[in-house]
This record gives sequence, structure tokens and C-alpha cells, in this order.
Amino acid sequence: MIWEIIYICLGIGIFFNLLASIGLIRFPDVYTRLHAGTKCTTFGGIFISLAVIIYGLWKWYDGDDAMISLSIHAFFAMLAILLTNPTGAHAIARAAHMSGVKPAKAVVDELEEVKND
Amino acid sequence: MMALVASTVVCFVLWLLLTFNGKAWGNDEIIAGIIFSIIGGAITAKLVEKDYKPMSALRWLMFIAYLPRFFYEMAKANFDVAYRVITGKINPGIVKLKPGLKNNLSVTILANSITLTPGTLTVDVDEEKNLYIHWINVKDKFFEEDDEKCRCRYICSTFPDWARRLGE
Repeated sequence: MIWEIIYICLGIGIFFNLLASIGLIRFPDVYTRLHAGTKCTTFGGIFISLAVIIYGLWKWYDGDDAMISLSIHAFFAMLAILLTNPTGAHAIARAAHMSGVKPAKAVVDELEEVKND
Repeated sequence: MMALVASTVVCFVLWLLLTFNGKAWGNDEIIAGIIFSIIGGAITAKLVEKDYKPMSALRWLMFIAYLPRFFYEMAKANFDVAYRVITGKINPGIVKLKPGLKNNLSVTILANSITLTPGTLTVDVDEEKNLYIHWINVKDKFFEEDDEKCRCRYICSTFPDWARRLGE
């Protein structure tokens, strides 16, 4: 039963990470690529760490004391992914816009309008 | 001084959690932890804001209440992006949003929440705390809407209200 839950979590995680890599190739410019590269990897990363946390807790419950550290470390990795991924995406997008990269196929760019005023 | 104590305590709790291996900590581990967390706290104390005050218990509860809502939006965002990756249907653009928030913490919470939710990515923030958001699928309805609150609905549902409750 627990193995199945772990495999489902891993499967979801790997599926979204795969979509992120496909998105990186398919999308036209840096901003849309960031959409694929940040959201999907965050979601995928959360599910993969969740699988590790469940495995650690399960083995810990079975009597292997040291396994709890696996869960705790995976939990902190999850928190770090959740906090740093959007921040990093924001930093890359801002740097790209400041150095003059135009969003491809954009219908509107209100930041460019403000900068030109 | 308050900042130094707060960051030292956070460092020490992190140390205890990361060195926990199923048994109680030895004395040597705790002494080493105190030394390293004072060093870490002294380095990071400068990063803590001047008008720092600990979040109240109510805020923490509110934060926990916010998490399920946030994960729901995030799951939706991922299926949305998955759909766009597979079909390639995009209509991108950068739009301006005036959430009307006042301090840095609430703007940070809102900007990070926006980045992790459906098809939106925070690009920049100006002095009046207006956010510039790259939106992967710009809807025409957004520009027809005059009321700023209703405009926010299209991009980040009720997140500005949550950010106000959590950060201000």
C-alpha cells in the first residue's frame, strides 16, 4: 500500500519535471520558458520530496530510528524549493527585462510603456 | 539585539532538526550547535528588517489556513501550464497590477504566490508597490474591467486579501 503511494508521488513528480523540460524547448522566449521551468519543477519537486518523506516516516515507524533524519532533510529541501524557485524566477525575469529582452508574441507590455515615459 | 536573538534561535532550531537522528542529541552536538548558530545569527542579523516583530499566533494560524488554498491554486496552475506545453496555445503579455499593499512582507508573499499560480510570473515592482506581471494567456476581459479589485481576480483570485491579512 505504502509502496504504491510512493510510486504515485514519484510518478507525478517525474511527469511534471518532464513537462518542464518539454516546455523549455517548445516555448518561444525567456519569460514563457520561465513559466514552464519554475512552476512545473516546483510542483514536481514537491511530489518527489513528498515520496522521500513518506518513505522515511514509514521506515522510522518500522523501527529504524535514523530514517527520521531522511524525512526532516527532505522536508527542508521542499521548503527551500518552494521559497527560492519563485524568487529566482522573478530575478531572472527582471534582469531579462532590464537588459532589453522583449516578450515574444506579446499582445501588451505595460512595463515597457512605463519605462519609456 | 532583538534581530540577533531571533536569527540565532532560528539557526539553533534548524541545527537541532537537521542533526536529529532518532536519538536524543549529545552534549557536544548541542554546544557545537550553540556556537555555530551564534555565528550564523550574527551574520544574518543584518538582513532582518529594522521594525521587525514576531508574527502573532493568529497570523501563524492564518498562514496555515492559507496553505490549502494556495496548493489548490498551484495544482490548477500546473495543469494549466501542462495544457499549454502540450498544445502550444499562448497569448503572452506584461500587465500592471495595483494590489494596494503597504509593506515589504505582504508584497513578497503576494509576488511569490503569483509566481507559483496559474500562468503568471512577477517581473518587476515599482516604488508604489505596483506589480508588473508576465501573463501567459492575457484575457481581453481584463482590460474592460475598471475596478482594480475585480482586475486582481483574473490574475491571482483573492491572494491580495490574504497577503494583507498575513503581512500587515
